[in-house]
Amino acid sequence: MGEKRNFRVWRGDDSSGQLQDFQVEVNEGEVVLDIIHRLQATQAPDLAVRWNCKAGKCGSCSMEINGKPRLGCMTRMSTFEPTETVTVTPLRTFPVIRDLVTDVSFNYQKARELPAFAPPAGVAPGEYRMQQVDVERSQEFRKCIECFLCQNVCHVIRDHEENKPAFAGPRFFIRAAELDMHPLDARTDRKDMAVEEQGIGYCNITKCCTEVCPEHIKITDNAIIPMKERAVDRRYDPIAWLGSKIFRRDQLDRPAGYATTAVASRPNAGTTSSPAEHAAAAGAQGDISMNWHREAAVGHAAPVGPDGKLPVTEFTGELAGAQSPFGDDVAFPMAVQDITYQHPTKPDEH
Amino acid sequence: MTTTATRPAGQRPRAAIAAKTLRTDRWWLAPLLTVSLLTLWVAYATVRAFMQKWYWVDDYHYLTPFYSPCVSTGCVPESAEFGRFLPNWPIIPFAAVTLPFLLLFRLTCYYYRRAYYRSFWASPPACAVPDGHKSYSGETRFPLIFQNAHRYFFYAAILISIINTWDAIVAFHGKGGGFGFGLGNLVLLGNVVMLWAYTLSCHSCRHIVGGRLKHFSKHPVRYRAWGFVSKLNAKHMQLAWITLGTLMLTDAYVMAVSAGWISDLRFFH
Repeated sequence: MGEKRNFRVWRGDDSSGQLQDFQVEVNEGEVVLDIIHRLQATQAPDLAVRWNCKAGKCGSCSMEINGKPRLGCMTRMSTFEPTETVTVTPLRTFPVIRDLVTDVSFNYQKARELPAFAPPAGVAPGEYRMQQVDVERSQEFRKCIECFLCQNVCHVIRDHEENKPAFAGPRFFIRAAELDMHPLDARTDRKDMAVEEQGIGYCNITKCCTEVCPEHIKITDNAIIPMKERAVDRRYDPIAWLGSKIFRRDQLDRPAGYATTAVASRPNAGTTSSPAEHAAAAGAQGDISMNWHREAAVGHAAPVGPDGKLPVTEFTGELAGAQSPFGDDVAFPMAVQDITYQHPTKPDEH
Repeated sequence: MTTTATRPAGQRPRAAIAAKTLRTDRWWLAPLLTVSLLTLWVAYATVRAFMQKWYWVDDYHYLTPFYSPCVSTGCVPESAEFGRFLPNWPIIPFAAVTLPFLLLFRLTCYYYRRAYYRSFWASPPACAVPDGHKSYSGETRFPLIFQNAHRYFFYAAILISIINTWDAIVAFHGKGGGFGFGLGNLVLLGNVVMLWAYTLSCHSCRHIVGGRLKHFSKHPVRYRAWGFVSKLNAKHMQLAWITLGTLMLTDAYVMAVSAGWISDLRFFH
């Protein structure tokens, strides 16, 4: 049986709300999310909280604990004094839905505005080859669990709601840096996009994003400042511009075997073949291969809204539950001729 | 099926929390310390830069970094390794050629920016504490857009570090000529080593030596250099403060020896 501790939890919705006091039992080894769950089980059964893995890996239970943006499941109760009142509030930067649950769709909107990895021309999927040293910088940013604590703490939007349209936030600066440092990404305009569309110039590198990151990603030092410096190369540094023209660095940095940095286009009908033809060609060598150049069946129209985009969250979609990544109208199992996969066979089995 | 989830209809409000911040720790301590220490340092440096005396120890050829290179016609001739061409006016520091660049190098430094934006400009004073301004445009406009010129001040700082290194070398000077070695040499050397560490740990330096590359595998030498600078870079904040300390200490030591308040501890000659 643990001891009683003082808790203050913000209760309310988008119309009003206030901090409500609770006396609640705390046992050894518990985290703040455990206490929130105990409140739900005992005193406040309608307390709304978003949570999922309880292991600091899903990024759902972001909240503000004693004014600091934290993950509820990663904040140990042993870090507080026994007499201390623990105040738990929802994220301030995003609109509140109810109690500790906020609408973080701002972040999904910003994610959608950032162009995805652009495949290089002349290299088919499955033929990408990268050196570990070339990708390890980007791999740090892949640790992001999208808890949006960095987005929440960033004063650019936390204290200035009006900057939201112009500013993408730290989470998407690391995404931009990841792609700009990616050895095979074919886009050359990511530095300009970081300035013009993401508003990286709004960042004044006060490093709160790095301070709150539960994955300990060095957001400022390894992503934002390098992106700022890359933007300087591109936009503010006449010497770097001249150097790249004289020494043709743009070609030096290109992966071997590249004819152009143009973004790859979908293979046209002339280069495609049926799975059977491809299998016959590959089977002559007896190897295991996939026909990456096969033209896939054209999917049905995605359920886009009036803005031509998919709904940001399942809340705003027509269907309950997440959409199928294959398209909601694709039926399984698929017909064999529509499948890219080719089962490996030995040559003598033909 | 009923659902509480609704389609967003325009701007929806944030949680109505009255308190500006609910932080219970001493978040104001770090900005307070920064303001106090930086103000103290700038006051000391300003007084010393315009003092125009006690910058040179003639016996041992110690020159304080605040007067390096000494290029004013008012400089002691032996201290002027790089010629004397600036007019000797009280409002022009003897090292007026380098001091503005050093100031701008530190002013545009990514660490000092964090420090003074937080402490002097309260933007924000600490994480999750509201910033003290009605509107905010960051570094997108004049004058703060010039923070992007940091790399040019880094190039200048490299040249100045070379000059400081030269000063530390010629300071191995015995009384009356020849080789000499005293405590002042260790102070000057320690300062130069720390200045190099701070200058090379600069974020712009990290970008220039290798960070700008997309393919480290094609540039193994630059990749190693980048790795070295990255290690230093992780300590940029500490080095920024350490060099403020070593600069002040070196200057105070040279001043004290020059003014005759203390005598230099000599190990050799």
